[in-house]
Amino acid sequence: MTHPLLSIEDIIVDFETRAGKARVLDDVSLEVNSGEILGIVGESGCGKSMTALSIMGLVPDPPGKVTSGSIKLDGRELVGLDHESLRQIRGKDIGMIFQEPMTSLNPVFTVGEQIAESIRLHEKASTKAAMARAVEMLRSVEIPEPEMRAKAYPHQLSGGMRQRVMIAIALACRPRVLIADEPTTALDATVQAQIFDLLQDLQSEMGTAIILITHDMGAIAELADTVAVMYAGCVVEKGKVETVLSAPEHPYTKGLITCVPHLLPDPPKVRESLQEISGVVPALTDLGKGCAFAPRCSEKIDRCEAAKPELRTSIDAHLTACWVAEKETGV
Amino acid sequence: MSGVTGDNALNVENLKVHFGGGTSLFGAKPVVHAVDGVSFSVPAGKTFGIVGESGSGKTTTALAIMRLVHVTAGRVMLGDTVISELQGEDLRVARRHFQIVFQDPYSSLDPRKRAGEIVREPLDLMQIGTLDERDAKVAKLFEQVGLRPEQRALFPHQFSGGQRQRLGLARALSTEPSLIVCDEPVSALDVAIQAQILNLMTRLQRDLRLTYLFISHDLGVVQHICDEIAVMYLGQIVEQADRVTLFKNPQHPYTKALLAAVPTVHGNKRDRRNRVRVKGDPPSPINLPKGCRFASRCPVVEARCHETLPSLKEHSAGHKVACLLNENPDYQLSDN
Repeated sequence: MTHPLLSIEDIIVDFETRAGKARVLDDVSLEVNSGEILGIVGESGCGKSMTALSIMGLVPDPPGKVTSGSIKLDGRELVGLDHESLRQIRGKDIGMIFQEPMTSLNPVFTVGEQIAESIRLHEKASTKAAMARAVEMLRSVEIPEPEMRAKAYPHQLSGGMRQRVMIAIALACRPRVLIADEPTTALDATVQAQIFDLLQDLQSEMGTAIILITHDMGAIAELADTVAVMYAGCVVEKGKVETVLSAPEHPYTKGLITCVPHLLPDPPKVRESLQEISGVVPALTDLGKGCAFAPRCSEKIDRCEAAKPELRTSIDAHLTACWVAEKETGV
Repeated sequence: MSGVTGDNALNVENLKVHFGGGTSLFGAKPVVHAVDGVSFSVPAGKTFGIVGESGSGKTTTALAIMRLVHVTAGRVMLGDTVISELQGEDLRVARRHFQIVFQDPYSSLDPRKRAGEIVREPLDLMQIGTLDERDAKVAKLFEQVGLRPEQRALFPHQFSGGQRQRLGLARALSTEPSLIVCDEPVSALDVAIQAQILNLMTRLQRDLRLTYLFISHDLGVVQHICDEIAVMYLGQIVEQADRVTLFKNPQHPYTKALLAAVPTVHGNKRDRRNRVRVKGDPPSPINLPKGCRFASRCPVVEARCHETLPSLKEHSAGHKVACLLNENPDYQLSDN
């Protein structure tokens, strides 16, 4: 069997806080293959972005620490690598796009220089050659008049264009894995659609594996191949997008799908109230020994508060960590 | 406008808000046409939604109705009061009838006041009731928005985002207004919390017969909560209809593109590639084109679109569209 391009196995990340030890990632295992899009969903504080940071080797230490587990890129172990080796990997093998393009771009350099910087760091290219590549990258992310735009500063571009520049920087060295952390949250709907189209096009062209972090189940449905739902630092459900969205097993996944008012082409005359997930995400410092979602769960049984459920397969590589789902499927 | 009746809680007629203009040391200052001739009315107890992308003028429309930005031209009427013409103390006193809930529940609450004081402040400023009555009112408001009475003693930072938005709602409700302007009230909240606030708003509207003006960029939320919806583009309404018609039978190419751009859980990878897409970003509201403002991005643009600015015309009963290609001659004939 061939191994996946990027595999995360049983990663545990702990943070020392004044309130005690917080386990921000608890036994997270994920994998993504070349040319695939893995979606990670969940509310804020569920460990989505921390998963991305641990892949990049950017967990702030102290107070954070990767306590155990392994992250392998094409068979090569990333956990425990020294800073210099990680620097070689970041930007070259793994690229990342952040949420707010304005704060992630340097305001005092032109966007062309910022794309060229990444090329010159990782490949032996002259300043001139790197700049020419930068213009090519701007063209490939469909920025009009790339020669002129390369000389523009970030503030001279619109939000959508800045995010295209971020994508150009992330893809400049043709990374094998691209991590997109809520890449369109700050953008308008029509611009979001353009960025998603662009990501899909570039992916089919370059065969990049993409990890898409979002809270939008719609984006997952229309872009991702596989999905992992995270809650309080754990993956509570994962599988193929079609299976998870059409037959969600974990009450949290069900809640995330039904609590959002989805746009319907033919809305009913009478409006029904939305399904709520009551309460809020718990503090990671005082999780009980049971299922972290139990206090908010509408299907809770006695067992949920007594012990923590493990991820178990039901059908077709669809995994769920829930006692109730386990009882129903009879696995 | 003929639609002005006593039943409408809010009437907005040809509202214009322009920024800039005049001259400075460096010559004439450019004029930003943030809101450029917007008219609509909202029946009492209903929710009117305004959707559009950033820069479309939806928030400026809301602020102008609240009298928080200068109204360049046009009229805003709340019941029989022309609020766009009120000045000074008259305006301040009238404000108890129209209140606003802001987008960001973190920056819109005073961090140094206790929650109870925040909700009580409008009552103090408007001098409504005796001191004891105000306390009782605050306690009742806390209960109405789903907070516990003892939480009155806490500071804003001790609340979660959803709870803070509940505080914002309680503060807006304290003076018993008839109109509440909600400027993106749930877009800063986590998805699971959005549903809690939207359900709360629906319940409060039913119990207190509130009129909402709901500003949002999230079409799913707007479809869920609004009775009638206007789509804005560069300062103007391009399409307006009731919630069923707008989503079932959109007419303006911009509305169609906006609807097509929203990813839904019912969608999949194959469908999304077959959708209509608009290219580029909206043009600047300073140098407006002569013709249709959407022409530069429109997928079905014709030569005449660049020449003539379409006006908002009735397409079918209660459904208005501003598009040269979608003028419905049959309807105009049969109606007039």
